[in-house]
Amino acid sequence: MIVQHLMQKKAMLLIPGLLVVGALLIVPIVWLFALSFVSEGRLSLEHYQRMFDDPTYVKSFAVTFQIAGTVTGLTILLGYPLCFWMLRLKPFWRGIALTCILIPFWTSLLVRSYAWLILLQRRGLVNNWLQSLGLTEEPLALMYNVTGTVIGMTHILLPFLVLPLFASMQRIDGDLMRAAAALGATPVFAFWRIFFPLSLPGLTAGGLLVFVLSIGYYVTPQLLGGGTTVMAGQLIQRNVELFSSWGAASAVSLVLLAIVLLLFWVMNRLVPLDHVFRG
Amino acid sequence: MRRGRERSSLASLLLSGLGIAVLIFLVMPIFIVVPMSFSASRFLSFPPTALSPRWYLEFFGSPEWTRAAWVSLQIAFATCLLATPIGVAAAYGIHTSSSRFSRAAYTVLMMPLMVPHIIVAIGIFFIYARIGANNTVVGIILAHTMLAVPFVLITSLSGLQGFDMAQERAAQSLGVNRLEAFLKVTAPQIKGSIIASALFAFVSSLDEVVVSLFLSGGPSSTLPKRMFVALRDEVDPTIAAISSMLIIASLAIGLAAMVGTRKRA
Repeated sequence: MIVQHLMQKKAMLLIPGLLVVGALLIVPIVWLFALSFVSEGRLSLEHYQRMFDDPTYVKSFAVTFQIAGTVTGLTILLGYPLCFWMLRLKPFWRGIALTCILIPFWTSLLVRSYAWLILLQRRGLVNNWLQSLGLTEEPLALMYNVTGTVIGMTHILLPFLVLPLFASMQRIDGDLMRAAAALGATPVFAFWRIFFPLSLPGLTAGGLLVFVLSIGYYVTPQLLGGGTTVMAGQLIQRNVELFSSWGAASAVSLVLLAIVLLLFWVMNRLVPLDHVFRG
Repeated sequence: MRRGRERSSLASLLLSGLGIAVLIFLVMPIFIVVPMSFSASRFLSFPPTALSPRWYLEFFGSPEWTRAAWVSLQIAFATCLLATPIGVAAAYGIHTSSSRFSRAAYTVLMMPLMVPHIIVAIGIFFIYARIGANNTVVGIILAHTMLAVPFVLITSLSGLQGFDMAQERAAQSLGVNRLEAFLKVTAPQIKGSIIASALFAFVSSLDEVVVSLFLSGGPSSTLPKRMFVALRDEVDPTIAAISSMLIIASLAIGLAAMVGTRKRA
């Protein structure tokens, strides 16, 4: 069946891409999969067992989900009102607002993490503002902890929520809200009964995307977390670089990958993936 | 009635305030780095007390930094040259066929966007270790090409979706072959999307950190790798200068890509 399709010229066009992704993504993952079941030259489930027994691993996965959940919640809290507000803007201002969302989206992840590193320093801008406003006496420890990681990741991942959510909100027929108002519904009632349910698929897709990207994050937690909070990605890196424990790193990678792919599969059922990525 | 209207105008004022605040939160950190990079002191303060191009001179005077920047640019350029044709070809194949094979291929080609980079990094590191490809420029180019394929695929697919394929069939019925029809009829009309996808491929490679962290080293170290290592150890103000230049570059490229995708009919 596949051979038959390959015979057609069109399918040949897919071969280079499939070769690159196959050789540099699928093969390495299959290899890691095999490694994760080997311990001291024998087949074993030891590396998977450790994830349930060793408190370091349990804690790391707990922290990962906790941070990902907090970041997802914060992006929804900030992103939903932003999108709702943007809907009312005139096209020109809406274009400006969209550009403001795209600017961080285009900027290097490292540069954004660095920007927060400067802002959140002990004597950084945020602490200066907080003190001059009289909100705090002493400078707060805003980075090298979970707070720094959450602030940085919320900033970096917000566009991933806003773009699909705004696209889905734009598809909601504005006449529905006007009809509700004409029939006597208060704006609040019409929002919760009509607009919010219709925006739910976009919100869920965007929220899942933020969550799924958060649990695999490495750069931002490493720089802003300061080594005290170890997310799953850092656990993988440490196992490889500090302990050369490929089996353990592979097992953590595969569990993480399984969760990520499962969430992408759920998301794809709600909103097709290309819609999510294209925004 | 009147009270209701007052309340709703208050609510809309609140909503505007919140919307603007979130936009400021999004943009502010990026634009604060630029003035800070001109600070004369080691301790980056805002606003800078004295202006100086000191950190820019530091960057251009350091063979390590300039070498890393040069390596990164070469890798990004090569990635763009490889990933663009691969991705555009795949997009064309997927767009013109609706077989189960092409749908499955689409999912596989999108995988690099889904798999966390840390897993990609250690996976390729392990494979490269067997064939001695770690710390080579070619090795990083290939890895970046794999990561860039989905960006090119999405962008050029959306270009193709706005294009009427009947034109290409018409050209073919007039006697040109499929490749010629694509090059002479289709490509010029989806040019914007193709350029945009090439720009995305370039930027995705230029900004890539995690995979380079594992695969590059010594003379093949990329700029993001050196920046990451420098940031992990101490906050070196030279990075503010590099960041500002990267911000300007990605802004320019991003705007160019936006114009490219807007232009398509």
